[in-house]
Amino acid sequence: MTANSFSTEPLECRIGRVAGLEQLSLPDALAPFDSRNHRLAWLGLNQDGFLEHAQALRERHGAARIALVLGTSTSSIGETERAYRDLDAQGRFSAAQNRPQVHQPHALGLFLAHALGLAGPSLTIATACSSSAKVFASAERLLRLGLADAAIVGGVDTLCDSVLFGFNSLELVSNEECRPFDANRRGLSLGEAAGFAILERMPQSGKVEKGTALLIGYGESSDAHHMSAPHPQGRGAERALDDALARAGIRESQVDYINLHGTASRQNDEVEAALIARRFPATTRASSTKGWSGHTLGAAGILEATITLIALERGFAPGTLNTRELDPACGPQIRIDNSEANLRIALSNSFGFGGNNCCLAFARADAA
Amino acid sequence: MSAALELAIEGIGVCAPGMTDWTTAYAVLRGESARAAQPFARPAPALLAPNEHRRAPDSVLLALAAAEQACAMAGRAPRDLQNVFASAYGDLAINDYLCAVLARTPLELSPTKFHNSVHNAPAGYWTIASGCMASSTALSAGSTTFAAGLLEAATIATSEATSVLYVAFDIAATGPLADVIDCDAPFGVAFVLAPAAKQPIARLRLELQVHAATELAPLPAALHALRERNPAAASLPLLAAVARGEDAGFDFALHADKDLPSSALHLEISF
Repeated sequence: MTANSFSTEPLECRIGRVAGLEQLSLPDALAPFDSRNHRLAWLGLNQDGFLEHAQALRERHGAARIALVLGTSTSSIGETERAYRDLDAQGRFSAAQNRPQVHQPHALGLFLAHALGLAGPSLTIATACSSSAKVFASAERLLRLGLADAAIVGGVDTLCDSVLFGFNSLELVSNEECRPFDANRRGLSLGEAAGFAILERMPQSGKVEKGTALLIGYGESSDAHHMSAPHPQGRGAERALDDALARAGIRESQVDYINLHGTASRQNDEVEAALIARRFPATTRASSTKGWSGHTLGAAGILEATITLIALERGFAPGTLNTRELDPACGPQIRIDNSEANLRIALSNSFGFGGNNCCLAFARADAA
Repeated sequence: MSAALELAIEGIGVCAPGMTDWTTAYAVLRGESARAAQPFARPAPALLAPNEHRRAPDSVLLALAAAEQACAMAGRAPRDLQNVFASAYGDLAINDYLCAVLARTPLELSPTKFHNSVHNAPAGYWTIASGCMASSTALSAGSTTFAAGLLEAATIATSEATSVLYVAFDIAATGPLADVIDCDAPFGVAFVLAPAAKQPIARLRLELQVHAATELAPLPAALHALRERNPAAASLPLLAAVARGEDAGFDFALHADKDLPSSALHLEISF
């Protein structure tokens, strides 16, 4: 993370900023979609051969048989902010900003459908910080019902004044790098990220190559408590956990690692730590990776699902960066240090404003 | 493998100027009375306490007013239903406020406006006010938002074998955004969809198809303009078919990108 030099007015905080987006240009065919969010989406598509995998998937199944389910919190609102800073003398958008395809929440879905040539069911989920976790649930249902043969899921969110000054107005932003679950944590650090995954149905034989990443369950719930504060007893989060465990058909003792929501806000971490402490044995490792990335909001679900899948693949449980002294609410599950272990089943938690919760359950194929 | 989803409509709610509930909408949809030209009045959903009503943005009130009508008609308690809230643009008035304040005095941004700006604010207010702890989602899909939300709600109802509340709504654009965003008439609609029901209002069959939306449902001429003025008003042909009570089949486009292969959601309604 670096010192904030992003916001249009000074704001003392640290941010997880992706380098080089200002210099990146989209291919000509995608230029009408230009925004920081779509530049980061494009950068993400070009990682790890994803674009080639997506093209091969389209050739295999056909454009209309692939669902596109994306998550974002603010989409390209950073570009709308820019249009408002550059209004003409009549107070209207400049001609260059007359781009409805950018100034709307589904801009991300419109951009990716166009970039990937997809014509199946397409939607953008925006449930704040659980957005790109819930995409796995939506895609699973479309696949289970045979409405698509494969799904591309993901999420993209980028830094913008709305979130920097918005979280600042709620007094949730730390002036130092965030310290999830630290007894002396001072709030969150904002970040930005893009991530994508391809989901396909299990073959009817039920057999897949050893090591294949599996989505084995998910849970979704509402807190029914407050727009911007978690339920004090974590009842919504616990309901999502129960749902995920039940769908996966697993018990708490089988969970080797949990990537926590762990924003480093006072309330979230207290409630989430208590939930983990009361439900899991000491053998379950748990951590928040937001000390590395900052809170990437609507992209946190996909980013942390990806980290969870890497943890399963490599047998590496990340710890909790920047944290020095754990909050007394933490049980033995929450680890500061990285560790190596044979990880077979892992969860990822994502909780959003509006009391919107999602818990994902993943496994490595030799365990399922 | 392609599948069809079969569902029952258990309840309907409508909230728009001149169509403030299903009873007034019914006559307009059948072409028996004209839609009264009324300015937008902030709806007052019974679910919200007066202080919550004061704080809630227009998009929340519009969505909740339609939602509670649909639950009442279905005889379902709001807290028992998984729910899907679909809006193409979110709260356009708050977006206008946010962008205008950020352009001038960003440190004066209102924290309440900020948390009300999340796309799932209506879903949040709904679940908080009704005590609903079930799964709740908020989505958008541009000009084809109504069809995308209908498909999402239908997949949940079918795959989870449960009743689902589906709400589609958008308020009118304000400020400089109004020149760019094609949405100038508030419109909200809600359905309670169930995998099966004893005495449904209507039965629906949904199927995806790989060609353009060709079959269009008849709609009273007086409502053609409204359909183009709000993505949630794409529901009007479905509402009109329910009001007529005659079996019908028609299509909703799944996207509006001319560079992509056409695809549509085909819907059959029966009674």
